[in-house]
Amino acid sequence: MTEPLLSIDEIVTEFRVEGGVVRAVNGVSLDVRPGETVGVVGESGSGKSVTMMSALGLLPGHGRVVAGHARFRGRDLVGLAERELERIRGREIGLVFQDPMTAFNPVMTVGEQIAEGLRRHQAGLSRRAAGARVVELLAEVGIPAPERRARQYPHEFSGGMRQRAMIAMAMANRPALIIADEPTTALDVTIQAQILDLLGRVQQETEAALIMITHDLGVIAEMTERVVVMYAGRVVETADVDTVFHEARHPYTRGLLRSLPRLDHRVAELPAIGGQPPNPQALPPGCSYRPRCPLNQGRDECLTRPELNPAGRGHRSACHFHAELAGLTGGVE
Amino acid sequence: MVAYVVRRLLVSAVVLVGISMLLFTLLQLMPGDPVEMMIDPMSFSGDRAAAIARRREQLGLDASLPIQYVRWAGEFLQGNLGFSYSTSRPVAEVMVERLGPTVRLMGTALVIGLLAGIPVGILAALRRNTLVDYGAAALSLVAISVPSFFVALLGIYVFGLKLDWLPTGGMNSVGGGGLVDSLRHLVLPAGILGLALAGPYVRYARAAMLEVLGQDFLTTARSKGLSRRRVVGRHALHNALIPLVTVVAIQIPVLFAGAVVVEQVFAWPGMGRLALEAVLARDYPILLGFVMAIAVLVLLCNLLADVAYAVIDPRIRL
Repeated sequence: MTEPLLSIDEIVTEFRVEGGVVRAVNGVSLDVRPGETVGVVGESGSGKSVTMMSALGLLPGHGRVVAGHARFRGRDLVGLAERELERIRGREIGLVFQDPMTAFNPVMTVGEQIAEGLRRHQAGLSRRAAGARVVELLAEVGIPAPERRARQYPHEFSGGMRQRAMIAMAMANRPALIIADEPTTALDVTIQAQILDLLGRVQQETEAALIMITHDLGVIAEMTERVVVMYAGRVVETADVDTVFHEARHPYTRGLLRSLPRLDHRVAELPAIGGQPPNPQALPPGCSYRPRCPLNQGRDECLTRPELNPAGRGHRSACHFHAELAGLTGGVE
Repeated sequence: MVAYVVRRLLVSAVVLVGISMLLFTLLQLMPGDPVEMMIDPMSFSGDRAAAIARRREQLGLDASLPIQYVRWAGEFLQGNLGFSYSTSRPVAEVMVERLGPTVRLMGTALVIGLLAGIPVGILAALRRNTLVDYGAAALSLVAISVPSFFVALLGIYVFGLKLDWLPTGGMNSVGGGGLVDSLRHLVLPAGILGLALAGPYVRYARAAMLEVLGQDFLTTARSKGLSRRRVVGRHALHNALIPLVTVVAIQIPVLFAGAVVVEQVFAWPGMGRLALEAVLARDYPILLGFVMAIAVLVLLCNLLADVAYAVIDPRIRL
């Protein structure tokens, strides 16, 4: 098996908030091999984005990685000097953000903003050459009239076009890894498919690895090879995509799948997971999913924290009773 | 843009007519009668009431208010702002004479205020909740709340009287001149006015910068591997300056009005002192000229703010 390109290892990230600290990410590990597509799925606040931002040193000021490592090509990004991180960001790792409305600087042209990343990492690239490269990039991501578009400001772009420009920006320096943080969440459904196609195409052409952060299982099914399911700052299940959809061994994953609308079943009401995601400032002791879990039934084991245990080939689940889900299809009542 | 500016100027002209009517009326309502002051009761002998009536007729002050206004407006449009009651000199001439010194003082004060206030405010935002931030907040609070006449007197006492470093009044030394001499006279009044301006600028700059620092596009900029210096200097600063330009432009007339005190303390021969003298002498034509000038300035500065906004923010199209 090839060496992982990025190996996140037991990352713990905390945020200072009024009246204490919140542990947003609590010992998350995941590997991405070169060229691979990994989906990270979970509800809002489950720590998906924070995990990635922790690895890249892009946490906001009140956030801090308190433990763990993020090895990228043999170097630990956690604790790496800012200057070194700057050399990796944008050059070896490209980012696509969720909201293309706010992710662009409103007072700089789109072209300038892409060229800036090119010139940062390609010493000696002239302004003119960078400009020409920007036009090529915009054409590659399917933006019509790229010469004119490069000179326009973000507000002159539609949401979909802006996200295309964002992808052009992320792939500008041919990074080995692209992290897409909910790249389609803020877009119209019709545009979502186009953007996913584009991301897939870009990934194939540049042979980059792709981490797809999403809460959309449809995106996971369509795009990814391996899936990491996160809940309340932890990984609860990880497996290849087929296994997750057909043989999920964690009640949370099952709950997510069950709440998907399906074309072949007519239901009066979509079954949702009961209860609320836990407050990260007051996580229930033991298994964080316990209060919402149908397997709990007051069993004592659920009061201790489950480890991420093997549940099959390349399949791990953080549930004490994952064996009970073996063979069962569909959701758990 | 040009069409917008033209349209705004036309609207401004209408507004100006309204303002002038209002001011004209208000001035007539002010207590005190300039004619009474012209005919000195101590030295005048004879029929004083008749003399006052005669003078009133000469000056056209016997006519009704609307007629007086129409006459004044007619002359105003021809560039004649009337004549000073106290010196009989043309108002326009007196005002132009006083405008230069005021612009010199205000301009320098504005530059000092911007250069001192905006960098400190930005720094305070970047070092939020540190000693730098608290220090900046304390200094700006002092600058905002201590009245400028007090700071002016303090400045005169320390730098003029005790240390004898700087002149304490006027624009030039008597008989003297030259650039250095002028600059030395400018230091205290412009410095004090400038620091008074810097107080609020620190606040505005800090708030504007904090607002920008939380924005997503800065994370995008960092995700491209840009240095912190470039992220702050290029991406954050440009966005933070947008609201500041508006604030500064709109405040220029306030600065003009605030100069009255400082000009008085430093015997600066500017517009502010002219206005004060005019009030004391019931010199209505001068006063009317002054307030009209302020009105024009307010309208122009608002227009300037909008145009500047459109120039630095590509999202705004006029």
